[in-house]
Amino acid sequence: MLKIDNLHAEVDGAGGKKAILKGLSLEVPAGEVHAIMGPNGAGKSTLANVLGGKPGYEVTQGSVAFKGEDLFDLDPHERAATGLFLGFQYPVEIPGVSNVQFLREALNSQRKYRGEEALSGGEFLKLAKDKAALLKMDMEMLKRQVNVGFSGGEKKRAEMVQMGILDPSFAVLDETDSGLDIDALRIVGEGINSIMRSGDKGVLLITHYQRLLDVVKPDRVSVLAGGRIVQTGGPELALRLEAEGYDAVMAEAAA
Amino acid sequence: MTENVDLQTHDPEMDADAKAAAAANAGEYEHGWSSDIETEFAEKGLTEDTVRFISGKKGEPEWMLDWRLKAFRLWQDMEEPDWAKVGYPKIDYQDAYYYAAPTKKIELDSLDDLDPEIKRVYDKLGIPLGEQEVLAGVKGAKKVAVDAVFDSVSVATSFREELMRAGVIFRSISEAIKEYPELVKKWLGRVVPTRDNYFACLNAAVFSDGTFVYVPEGVRCPMELSTYFRINAENTGQFERTLIIAEKGAYVSYLEGCTAPMRDENQLHAAVVELVAMEDAEIKYSTVQNWYPGNSEGVGGIYNFVTKRGLCQGDRSKISWTQVETGSAVTWKYPSCVLNGENSVGEFYSVAVTNNYQQADTGTKMIHNGKGSRSTIISKGISAGKSNNTYRGLVRVGPKAEGVRNFTQCDSLLLGDECGAHTVPYIEVKNPGAQIEHEATTSKISDEQLFYAMQRGLDEEEAVALIVNGFAKDVLKELPMEFAVEAQKLLAISLEGSVG
Repeated sequence: MLKIDNLHAEVDGAGGKKAILKGLSLEVPAGEVHAIMGPNGAGKSTLANVLGGKPGYEVTQGSVAFKGEDLFDLDPHERAATGLFLGFQYPVEIPGVSNVQFLREALNSQRKYRGEEALSGGEFLKLAKDKAALLKMDMEMLKRQVNVGFSGGEKKRAEMVQMGILDPSFAVLDETDSGLDIDALRIVGEGINSIMRSGDKGVLLITHYQRLLDVVKPDRVSVLAGGRIVQTGGPELALRLEAEGYDAVMAEAAA
Repeated sequence: MTENVDLQTHDPEMDADAKAAAAANAGEYEHGWSSDIETEFAEKGLTEDTVRFISGKKGEPEWMLDWRLKAFRLWQDMEEPDWAKVGYPKIDYQDAYYYAAPTKKIELDSLDDLDPEIKRVYDKLGIPLGEQEVLAGVKGAKKVAVDAVFDSVSVATSFREELMRAGVIFRSISEAIKEYPELVKKWLGRVVPTRDNYFACLNAAVFSDGTFVYVPEGVRCPMELSTYFRINAENTGQFERTLIIAEKGAYVSYLEGCTAPMRDENQLHAAVVELVAMEDAEIKYSTVQNWYPGNSEGVGGIYNFVTKRGLCQGDRSKISWTQVETGSAVTWKYPSCVLNGENSVGEFYSVAVTNNYQQADTGTKMIHNGKGSRSTIISKGISAGKSNNTYRGLVRVGPKAEGVRNFTQCDSLLLGDECGAHTVPYIEVKNPGAQIEHEATTSKISDEQLFYAMQRGLDEEEAVALIVNGFAKDVLKELPMEFAVEAQKLLAISLEGSVG
């Protein structure tokens, strides 16, 4: 479903361009939840941003195929309409725009791109209600402005509601678990399971901690360090990382 | 750096036609301006004779002509103001037409002949075809469009009848001068005196036409009054004069302008609007202004010098201005409220968008004379391209006005880094009991916001539109419903191509 091949990418920084991804290869087939773990500065967020198409990142080498298409041929909104969802580590505020308005416009833009009929206001509200209930968010929250005045946990839950409504085929979730308390973590984790656990969907779950993986049991786990995937294994790899730390596990892998 | 500018976005051939026609008319002129003159325009330039021509053409009574002439003489001794943060070539007032300029819209055979760019904007705004034909000046479109827009003339007439039954007078100002001279005499120039400022004075001398509304005591006007529904709507754009009076306990909501791009051959526009609200009366005045802003290089475009003022004369009266300003090359406009009545209320809600080389210097004045009077000012300036957008506002509290409150919020949003946003608040308080609050913010549409919205599926244009409309929401929600939707689309169109 998502095939990353020898990806090299640079980011614009204060001191000029800096190479972050250095030959990253990874494949996530449909039906798989693939967790990416790794130390700070390894390139996890860069990977998410490059996949989403954020300005300021330059791909210098390599390719990404998404559902058979060259991802880099598509603008960010076209990637979204093709089914790619990026869960943000720091969701952005859009003052004066309600979540309902934002998501309805976004969904209808996606549908238009795919040649589908736009949803009416009523149809959309029903969909939004269902998804919000799933994540135990009330509709009042959806009527509030996008991320304005939301706590960290609310923002992440709102990201999950957005994912539920937009119903992507592939989600890249960038530290969706950061800033969540135990209850919120469970809600978000169960949200990921109910929205994305499906034979025709895939997830790239970027996280620091095992605790989210206790809820969203990954099929495979990869370690990203120094801009490359240095090790891939089953769910037990995440447990070992948690127990022994990156250094120990990576040293063993290098040996 | 003064360079004379021709006030017409003209076609030399049409100028020649104009001269010929004016010359042909000269004989008639000698005989004292009979009102049945066939000529539709005065010769270029502004003299007492021009003023007489206009007044005569309209068949105005003597007192109106005298009023105009007095204004003209005053105007000759006045200086054009230069304090606004706008720059434009020096205007040659003798090189303009002041009455029904002959450079009328070119007639098109069909919409296929319309500039595709304009056609695209019409389509984007969702304007029905019949209405597009009228706006574009397609031959013979008038009747069709009257049908399309108003669903036949009889509907327009029935609106008029309904208003009559309610006792509301809704006329062109020219009609009102003849039909209701006492009312006009009583109020014309009372809120904006002739000598108020250079452009208002010019307007008083040469105003072409405009609207007159009178809502009698205790009457709630049964519909939104809109310039759309005015029968005599042609040729009123240049020096428009509007007078609205709401008697004790009356209510009226008036809608001015059009979201469709308005082109006009006359570059100089100087309108005057006067509102009067008596005890417990309320006037809501909404404007969408989309005059031609000039091209992307800053060539052409309308100069819009407008004086709008409302007088809250009675206790508990209320006047509310809402404006969405997206057009014109230069905008100079400060819809104001003079709050004389006790506990009277003034409101000003404004969205001003400038793109390319547009310049807007706009804001309001809230003059608090009445005890317990309150005012709210919400101004949202959006600048893009190489444009300049200035909020200029005055809040004045007189010495006897106890318990006055004002809240002002001025927000500026920048797109790109070549545009300017400026906030110039003046606060003059002569009563220590006044509560004045002023908040101002300046922000940019960030790459983060754009990327976030695009990652959810919006293309860049849609993303900008969404963010901008969110920014302007507090003002847009003050517009009448059907207007608000069009205004949202208009904001998006005005900012096309300003990002990326």
